[in-house]
Amino acid sequence: MRTLDIIISNTGERPIYEQIYEQIRKLIISGRLKEGDLLPSIRGLAKDLRISVITTKRAYEELEREGFIYSVTGKGSFVAKKNVALIREENLKQIEAHICAAYELAAACEISGQELMDMFIMLGENE
Amino acid sequence: MKTENALELCNVTKKYKDFTLKNLSLRLPQGCVMGLIGENGAGKSTTIKAVTGAVRADEGSISVLGCDVGSGEFQKVKEDVGVVMDEACFPDVLCPRQVNKVMKQIYKNWEENVFFSYLKKFKLPEEKAFKEFSRGMKMKLSIAAALSHRPKLLILDEATSGLDPIVRDEILDVFNEFTRDECHSILISSHIVSDLEKICDYIAFIHEGKLLFCEEKDVLLEEYGLLSIGTKDFEAIDPDAVLSYRNTGYGVEAIVRRSMIPESFHVERAGIEAVMVAMAKEVRS
Repeated sequence: MRTLDIIISNTGERPIYEQIYEQIRKLIISGRLKEGDLLPSIRGLAKDLRISVITTKRAYEELEREGFIYSVTGKGSFVAKKNVALIREENLKQIEAHICAAYELAAACEISGQELMDMFIMLGENE
Repeated sequence: MKTENALELCNVTKKYKDFTLKNLSLRLPQGCVMGLIGENGAGKSTTIKAVTGAVRADEGSISVLGCDVGSGEFQKVKEDVGVVMDEACFPDVLCPRQVNKVMKQIYKNWEENVFFSYLKKFKLPEEKAFKEFSRGMKMKLSIAAALSHRPKLLILDEATSGLDPIVRDEILDVFNEFTRDECHSILISSHIVSDLEKICDYIAFIHEGKLLFCEEKDVLLEEYGLLSIGTKDFEAIDPDAVLSYRNTGYGVEAIVRRSMIPESFHVERAGIEAVMVAMAKEVRS
């Protein structure tokens, strides 16, 4: 099996389960993990990364709930069939998050909504 | 994952003349590692003694690997439990090779090759008498013995105290590997909270004979954090969110409940040790 990069940061900025969830999700969306690929076992990953089994389990459950992976009792967890609508939805969510972040930044240094729109359109033309 | 509990304590009470362990209830799910923390004399060792059957609880029930500690069956279950206390006790004159011979007679599941591979792994001499061992070597021998009869549950009382950081890390690695098997569980008490933070799934905090909390480690780390802010800002914060604080003269450093702090404040990771100290202080005040 190819080696996967899953990097855990312990600075407390983000919960560990969220970091695992996020990184595996990205590996799936980017296609580094393909449909049917076997994921590391929950226990194996937890012990390798020296993190809690409960936390790792929670990340896998979240991935399963979101439809990125499925698990077969006794065999492990596998990457689910790529769902185009799901990925589109994911990307939309990210775009929204970026726009929200831009608004927050703008508000913090008193840039008006109109100015922000102008910047947005201007940058769009350059693309 | 199976929901069976490796360890279950229900309303356990043990009275001594000058100390009482009150109504302690704990559950360690199979495959998990639980750390017991608390001050000296808080009741950690009493808990461990009750679990191993060394003392009998006055009230409540304790079951280990599904077996009641008071029942006759428990003698058999002891085969599946590895215990390491803070002092390793082997006869002074025995060398590890002789320890192997003795243990072979005690445990039905004793596996020589496992024992000798641990001796090698820990770089312990096979022919040296126990009394010549350093503290670290004694501890390692005790751990090797506990692991060599294929236990399903390890009970460790201050097994890493008094050891240097490198040896401790080596030992934590062994424990980490041990729990790769989902039937293997660990109950470990230690003053070295950073060690527990490295390997535990759950942290149970015993304070003055009572259980203050038993919580998932990562939930604790997420819920509690360190907030460093100016005195003015601090006054605006909900006092219920603050466990403890210290006025530095230039601002305030506080251990806080993250969920009760406005998002605009930056709450840093505090670590279990800081949370434990803050909670002990809060209870006292």
